[in-house]
This record gives sequence, C-alpha cells and structure tokens, in this order.
Amino acid sequence: MTPDSPQKKHHIQILVENRFGVLTRVAGLFSARGYNIESLSVGQGIDPSVAQMTIVTVGDDRVVEQITKQLNKLIDTIKVVDLSESSFVSRETVMVKVNTTTRPEDRQEAFRIAEIFRAHIVDTSPSTYTLMVTGEEEKIEAMIGLLRPLGIKELVRSGAIAIAREEPRHATRTQKHDGELPA
Amino acid sequence: MVKMTGAEMLLECLKKERVSQIFGYPGGVVLPVFDALYKDPSLSVVLTRHEQGAVHAAEGYARTTGEVGVVLVTSGPGATNTVTGLADANMDSIPLVVITGQVPTKMIGNDAFQEADIVGISRSCTKHNFLVRSISELPRIVKEAFYIARSGRPGPVLVDIPKDVITDRGDFRYPETLTLRGYNPTVQGNRWQIRKAAQLMAKAKKPVLYVGGGVIASDSHEELSELVSLSRIPVTLTLMGLGAFPGTHPLFMGMLGMHGTYAANMAVHHCDLLIAVGARFDDRVTGKIAEFSPHSKVIHIDIDPTSIRKNFRVDVPVVGDARLILSDLLEDLRKIRDEEGLTPLEPWHQQIEAWKEEHPLTYKKDPEVIKPQFVIEKTFDLTGGDCIVSTDVGQHQMWTAQFFKFLTPRTWLTSGGLGTMGYGFPAAIGAQRAFPKRRVIAVTGEGSFMMNIQEMATVASLEIPVKIIVLNNQYLGMVRQWQEFFYGSRYSSSFIGQSPDFVKLAEAFGVAGFRATRADQVEEVLLKGLSTKGPVLMEFMVDPEENVFPMVPAGGSNIEMIFEAPPPAPAKGGKTGRKEKDAVITA
Repeated sequence: MTPDSPQKKHHIQILVENRFGVLTRVAGLFSARGYNIESLSVGQGIDPSVAQMTIVTVGDDRVVEQITKQLNKLIDTIKVVDLSESSFVSRETVMVKVNTTTRPEDRQEAFRIAEIFRAHIVDTSPSTYTLMVTGEEEKIEAMIGLLRPLGIKELVRSGAIAIAREEPRHATRTQKHDGELPA
Repeated sequence: MVKMTGAEMLLECLKKERVSQIFGYPGGVVLPVFDALYKDPSLSVVLTRHEQGAVHAAEGYARTTGEVGVVLVTSGPGATNTVTGLADANMDSIPLVVITGQVPTKMIGNDAFQEADIVGISRSCTKHNFLVRSISELPRIVKEAFYIARSGRPGPVLVDIPKDVITDRGDFRYPETLTLRGYNPTVQGNRWQIRKAAQLMAKAKKPVLYVGGGVIASDSHEELSELVSLSRIPVTLTLMGLGAFPGTHPLFMGMLGMHGTYAANMAVHHCDLLIAVGARFDDRVTGKIAEFSPHSKVIHIDIDPTSIRKNFRVDVPVVGDARLILSDLLEDLRKIRDEEGLTPLEPWHQQIEAWKEEHPLTYKKDPEVIKPQFVIEKTFDLTGGDCIVSTDVGQHQMWTAQFFKFLTPRTWLTSGGLGTMGYGFPAAIGAQRAFPKRRVIAVTGEGSFMMNIQEMATVASLEIPVKIIVLNNQYLGMVRQWQEFFYGSRYSSSFIGQSPDFVKLAEAFGVAGFRATRADQVEEVLLKGLSTKGPVLMEFMVDPEENVFPMVPAGGSNIEMIFEAPPPAPAKGGKTGRKEKDAVITA
C-alpha cells in the first residue's frame, strides 16, 4: 500500500434522510469499521425531511477516503462533504459549571474569564457559575484550561458543527483553515 | 383501487417483481402470509427445515438465475436464524429480499413473545433494511427493497413487517417509479479513465486480468471473452469468479491466492499491469499485501466505489457496471489495435506456460486409498462439466475450485467471503428449484454437511434431485491441515470420526445412499449415484490426512507457496523451529 499519510482531523458534513434509525446506521458504520468519532452533532436541515450531521474524525487520507465512500454507500445518506478539503467555519458550544468558593477571589476570577472569552453566565448559585461559550476548539480548550484551577463541577460540549465558507475557491489545502491547524 | 390485507398486498408486490419462488418457514406472526400463499398457486414455497437453509437456498437460486432470491420467515428466532445467510449474501454480493414477521407495532420494544430487533441485528450484514410501520408504505418499501437488492453491487435487503401491518387492510397501488435520492449507483464508467486503461493494456508487456464475481453478477462473461480474444491477456479468476472464463481455455491460469495455482500467483507477482475486474483484493487473494503484485500498474474496475483503494493501491480506477465498462474498453482497444497495434504477448505467454509446467495442479495418486481430488476429477469427467456445483467450506471447497473446470458462469456456488460451513447443500436446493432439469451437485465434507443436514428432509419430501458428494476424511480437514503445519500436529477438536453412518442416515431421510471406500469404487459409485433418480447421497471415504496444495501460509507473500507439508518442528532444543523455508519456493 502507499506509505501512510499523516493522521489529520477532518470535519465531515452529511445530509441524511430524517428517518428513525439513520443515526444508528451512521454511528454503526464507524464502530463496525473501526473509525474514530471525535464528535457528532445532528439536527434538522432546512427541509424537514433532511437531517444534517457534522462528524469530526481523525484518520490518514486512505481512512478518510474510505469513511466518505462508506458513508455515501449508505442508502439513507444524500450527500457527504469532507469540509476539510476547502475552507470552512467550525464552532462548538460548551457549558461549564464552575466552583466559585474554593478561593476567595474565585468568584471575581470566573467572572473575568467569562468576560475575556465572551462567555455568558447562564446560571448562578451562591457557590457556582455556569458559563456558556461558543467558539473554535482552541478557544474552548483555552477557557476550560483557565477554569480548571477553580474546580469544574460539570462540563457539557455540543460537538462541533461546521459549514463551508462561501467564497471564491482559491483556498488551497495547505492554507490554514478555520477550525483546523495547518497540516 | 382494491382493498386488501397486508399479507395479500405483499404477495401482489412479489408478483409485480416477477417472483415465483419463495424459500421459507412459517411461524406465529407470518401465519396470515402463509395463509394467503396457500390460496395463491402462482407463488411456490419451498419449506426448508431451518431458516438458515432457506436463506442459503435463496442464495443458490439467486446466483444461478441472476434474479432476486426471496425468503419468508417469522419473527424472533425465525428472523435471527437468517443472520448467517444475510452476512454470507452481503459478503458475496448476492441479491436477496428477506421478509421477516415482527410482533405488532404497539408491542415492539416490550420484549414480546418471539420479538427480536432484527432491523438492529441485521443492520451491519445487509445492504439495507426496513421496518414497515404502516400498510400505506408497504408497496413502496417492497419496491425499494427489490431495487436496492438487484442494482449497483447486489446484496441482501431485509424487510421487517409487524403483525398488525400484515393483517391491516388498505388500498393497493404498486408504485411505477421510485426515487431514492441517497442511492444512485454509478453504472457507466468514466470514458476518460477507460481510454487510459485501454492505452495501458495496449502497451503492457506482461499484463494479467484478475477477474472476480462481479463479472458473473453483471453477466459480462461474453465481453470478457471478447476482450481476451482481442488482447490475448491471460486470465486468473478468484474463487467467486470461477465460471466467468472457461476453465479449459489456454489463456486461463487457474485461481489465484492462498490455494491458487503457481502460474497464477507468479504471473500476478511479475506482471507489469494488473487489470482487476469485479474483484476486491480480498486478503485470501493478496496474501501479504505489501508484497502483492509489486511491479504492476493497477486498473480496478468495480461497481462499488468503496472497493477501490480499500486494500490496495490503484492507478486507474473505473467505477461502474463491468459489462458496460468492458464493452467500452473493447471499443477503445479495437481502435488502438487498428491505429497503432497491440504489444505482442508471446514471450509473456511462454513464461506463463513454463510456470504452468513447472508446478501444475497435482496430487499423489493412489491405487487403494481414495484421493479427494480424484473424486472431483472423475465427477468433472463423467459430467463433462455440464452441471451446477455447490460446495461447503474447507478442503473439499478448495479441491473442487482447483480440479473441477468450470466452463460457464452461474454454475458454481460457494461461500467465498464469509466462508460459511453449511452453505452448499441448501444452496444446491435453491439452484435445483431454479433449474429442475439440470444436474445439480453439492460437494461437501462430513463436517460442513452436518451444519445443515436437516435439509435432507426438504429434498426428500419435495423430491428435489440434488446429488450430494460427501468427501469424508473424518477431520475438519482445513483445520487439521493448519494444525499439522502451524500447530505441531496437535489436532485439537478437529477429529470428527464419530460422524453418523451417512448412507443409513440418507436412507432414514428417504434419500438414496451409496458409499465408496476404495479408489476402484469411485467411478462406479459416481455413475450409480448420478444416474439414480431423485436426491442421492454419495459418501467417499477419502484419505484422512490429504492436504490442499499449493498453499500460501496466512500472512505470507503469494510467491512463497508450499507444495508439501513443512517438516515437523524438532522435538526439543531446536531454536529455529521447523525449517519452513525448505519447502518454500521463493522467486
């Protein structure tokens, strides 16, 4: 076989029939063939008979080629796009419930971090704040890193959703894509 | 519009799909369907004695006719018993529609009596599956099921119908057209790629055609034969491809891979162009993938895009129907011949002939002991190859593949991808139902045969004249062979000398039985068995420790074929173990 190409993160957008059991078909395909799912998010599309999935997966070129082909082969998939082949926007939402009473300054500190990352405080109690932020993966990781010393009680991530950029297609594969480190 | 029950509607749908034969087994929730079948003489039902047998029989029917095989079973255990057959058909691209009953819609999920989530269970071993949730969607789903099963890369489709849908009444209208926006298989090959392939073929000095079951599924054996006449490119077939090209043709090199011929494996290794048609570079074909066909450019023609580059590099992929692609390829190649001429291949042919002579397919003959290969050769001689042959899985399967010369497509039934013991006999039943006048022979071993032996009751009761050849070596032969070679002859759980007396057993079922124990009885038993009316079992007590050669040890390179058992490992103190390389031919 050809020499193994490096492992890379890929954002794959899938349009599927909005029917029961389709999610299992997609998820089952990944588990049956030993592919990774880093995150998966599903929702209804513009047309209510279509559901939109964004899957983030990691693999070398050969594996990702197989993933997209195998997804296409499912009868219920309408369209499969590997967004990582061109320019795209990816965002994820995270909600973090953080302790604010470990140290006296923590309540102020949590508030400051929320401001810096433009997070919303969506819930509060005398001893906690719940922060919600939307952004690229790096931003979310950075915020979680800063909140960790305060003591994270609970953390929920939505999984990435992604969309192709609408622009003249002069972007090449080696350019830095939004939401992805340069290869 | 006509009001009818779901059961009646199902039968009308089947007739619209030109179905005349069903293989099945009744049970609770499908009783209304069997009741409707009772009243409808246009659909014939073969009652097998196990649901697995029904699926394999439908596979045999589908493979020999090219039509979709149809199975009807009940919910729960009836449905779960089809799983092995579904997986088998899925691997070997056999078009099936398997209809399972399901508990009433309202009871699904309640662990009702004979409930199984067969749609969940069969998801990964079918091409697609459906749960019918109301009678209004029944006709559309049946139409889609047949379309999906037979189009593109064929495969099994399961339709699960709850009891209340079966008994409900509704208006019947069979849709004329269907739209599946997520399913649109490519059939026409890319012309530019085909032209590139033709140019490579015209220039190659050492090309090989590596042909698989796709050529049979797409009925493109005539195009293949024309292509060979024009290009003079030698052919090797996969296990699933046997029959796609005549086994007696001078440009046929035999099967390739683990038990392939020396000539075929050497040719594939040394070729400068490998043209794969309807084949998928299975591990039993390639051996050690890193050393497979190392000097070649690769053209890969297949209808399934996932087959391309799944296991092996490809230079010119052509996705589409093999028949259409091969005829386009012929056109391009003729043009090149007329304008520039084709590269002469005589030196390559001579090299292949030399390989054929160096190590032909052979075995040690014995005047006393019955050699299993001898039985297969004799069967070919006596029938002239004019029959349909099925096999189970193991040594007898490889000997049949090697020593029976298949002349025409759709006459060879074997479980290639999944390797399902118990496949062959029921598959022969399906073939015999499709072709009542033709001679159908099931070659099996005493191990595999036991896995679906209950179907003897099926052939006896319906007088299905399948001829069964049991090569009895008292071992699970292929397991024993591996244990002999690679596990120090420790025959763990592979000796099955306590098999029943198959001749008496056949008679108990109402099947004629004959046995040969010496080499000089083989012809007599075959003549007697093949000329006896009705179903017949012929048991041959063969050499218990005969091995299949050549053999590429698993994970080895295809040119490291062995032609005799490797010497046993030294008893003690030997650091290097057995001297495998002594028996290994390395090119």
